[in-house]
Amino acid sequence: MKLHSRHLLGLDGMPKEDIQLILDTAISFKEVLERPIKKVPPLQGKTIANMFFESSTRTRLSFELAERRLSADVVSFTTVGSSVTKGETLKDTARNIEAMKIDMVVIRHSAPGAAHFLSRVVDANVLNAGDGSHEHPTQALLDMFTLRDRHGTLEGLKVCIVGDVTHSRVARSNIFGLKTMGAHVSVCGPATLIPREIEKLGVDVYHNLEDVIPNVDVLNVLRIQLERQERGLFPSLREYHRFFGVTQEKMARATRPITIMHPGPINRDVEISADLADSEHSVILQQVTNGVAVRMAVLYLLGTTN
Amino acid sequence: MKILLKAGRLVDPVSGKDEALDILIADGRIEKIGKSLSADKSVPEIPLNGKIIAPGFIDMHVHLREPGFEHKETIETGCESAIAGGFTAVCCMPNTNPAIDDESVARYVHEKGKSVCEGIVDVYPIAAVTKGRQGSQLSPMAELVGAGAVGFSDDGSPVMSAEIMRRALEYSSMYNVPIIQHAEDSTLSHGGSMNEGYVSTRLGIPGIPPIAEVLMVERDITLLRYIPAARYHVAHVSTTDAVESVRRAKKEKLRVTCEITPHHFTLADEVVESYDTNTKMNPPLRTRDDLRAMKEALRDGTIDVIATDHAPHTVDEKEVEYTHAPFGIVGLETAIGLSITELVEQKFLTLFQLVEKYSTNPRKILSLPSIKIAEGETANLTLLDPQIEWTVDVKAFKSKSKNSPFHGRKLKGKAIGVINNGKARIFQ
Repeated sequence: MKLHSRHLLGLDGMPKEDIQLILDTAISFKEVLERPIKKVPPLQGKTIANMFFESSTRTRLSFELAERRLSADVVSFTTVGSSVTKGETLKDTARNIEAMKIDMVVIRHSAPGAAHFLSRVVDANVLNAGDGSHEHPTQALLDMFTLRDRHGTLEGLKVCIVGDVTHSRVARSNIFGLKTMGAHVSVCGPATLIPREIEKLGVDVYHNLEDVIPNVDVLNVLRIQLERQERGLFPSLREYHRFFGVTQEKMARATRPITIMHPGPINRDVEISADLADSEHSVILQQVTNGVAVRMAVLYLLGTTN
Repeated sequence: MKILLKAGRLVDPVSGKDEALDILIADGRIEKIGKSLSADKSVPEIPLNGKIIAPGFIDMHVHLREPGFEHKETIETGCESAIAGGFTAVCCMPNTNPAIDDESVARYVHEKGKSVCEGIVDVYPIAAVTKGRQGSQLSPMAELVGAGAVGFSDDGSPVMSAEIMRRALEYSSMYNVPIIQHAEDSTLSHGGSMNEGYVSTRLGIPGIPPIAEVLMVERDITLLRYIPAARYHVAHVSTTDAVESVRRAKKEKLRVTCEITPHHFTLADEVVESYDTNTKMNPPLRTRDDLRAMKEALRDGTIDVIATDHAPHTVDEKEVEYTHAPFGIVGLETAIGLSITELVEQKFLTLFQLVEKYSTNPRKILSLPSIKIAEGETANLTLLDPQIEWTVDVKAFKSKSKNSPFHGRKLKGKAIGVINNGKARIFQ
């Protein structure tokens, strides 16, 4: 079994069997992570470069751990700010790294399409670790893995993505992946943070969390960024918390146990109340654990089927 | 110079002629027009076999990049590109460095045009509406007209201040030249890289909403209603709503005109899915519905002119992340092919109307003398083969830059020669 593409650029258009294969493969890697010796040899002799053009702690650590546990050699760098302001173009940076004989590249970049761009200019396998507001496919895969683990299936599962959907790559990748896997997906947020014509992706749009909560199995809560307030997209964090923050009070309207997810890092008591983030509803830490297993699965599938 | 065009099909909206004719040209003038003309053996004969002779085409929206950005294009390479595309005249936009906002720059550009490519291409500057294209102080319009400017635009930037736009319309009305607006409310489009809609939502690329265009067009038309002596031209119109505003204003008999680029009637925003930065232009590619509306507006005459917005950029400038890439594509050498393929072949325009949109109408808008194809007149002609099929190859472009989304596209129709200012280039 192998994937249809030699890159992981996004979940838009990824066939169902590929998603299935990644999620199934991740099960065995999750088991590996529970062993006393957490290292296996499949990527021995492969070199992976983690190119982070945007600051990131957890995604980079998660990728590095996954790579090392597959016995790959790993080089990483983080440069905050765009490649353009640095004076060297992304293309030149990538070509230089490739000249050092790299087999796989993991890229995080603020420009949508950066991973696509890279896949056209280098021969290595390219893994998108987040490109602007476009996609963050491994995050959505680990979200789906976590949900499948907890609910048994994704088919028919009712998932609502809450918050700043416009600027969220996590939201997009989740929508594409979950729709392919047969889930019902909705989004809920202020009208200023829901992108135009998103309903054409097959999602329902809500602006009131209290309408959503009685009818969902899962809330995937997005991080809200203060700079959106500065750009006039919402009036204040206080108002945001009152109307779109997920709280125990709003959760009282639930008719069944609801799973709460968050891609991190959390703004406690802004998009989610602190007590809820730490409650039994929350799978936030399982997401982090599963992240390593899912990334191992993706790296393994791309790195061994060339 | 003497040359005999044999068995051409003259398509001339000025005289209303559409017939098979020979034309004998001597010393830059049309010596004789008729059937079965003959000349001395020494006179080169161009057998046209029914191919088209039209009044010389003008592209009223071109970026020649000189002075200031000669690594992208020069007046010379731009004129070579124009010749290859079948144009005997171009209007160059003022976003150079320095900007065309004073006499000396306008004169430089205008004169330089005469010194390159044997002077076959007339280069008419469009001067800046405001000094430095900063949007705050009117440029010396009367002096600029004196130096050869045929219109005013801050192209690339809209004139955002309603007050400045009002004054520009008033002042330019004294000289009967159009104000050409890059219609975009930049408070709405700020930071965008493509059309806002379903595709931008999927791709996560910041959008430029279509309303940014129509809002500016509506504002300007409102100003024009207040200053009816002025003339207002919308550059590269791209949205259904903006075209509808122009249509209504024309019914009111306001002096408003507009142009469209070939890419805005050919490509829809879905091509951005490739993340090919040669699909990034401003205004952005719109939706399929907009494409249909654009073609209808060409048919019913709401859109007066086809102009390319020829915007050269180097490979290095374009081969970057989508949101970082500069806007614009080259257009001179694909314009006729795209127009015949998309408009004439699909029955939106007759050849007659095509010639109007590339020659008669833009010259009228710019108050340039109309081209008369008659004995004793100056020969200013474009020769076209509307049947020839060819494949776009950017490596063959005469333009210094190769940034075109049409590389590899099969087209029907091409220029086969131009004649102007006593010179001929026949390249079939």
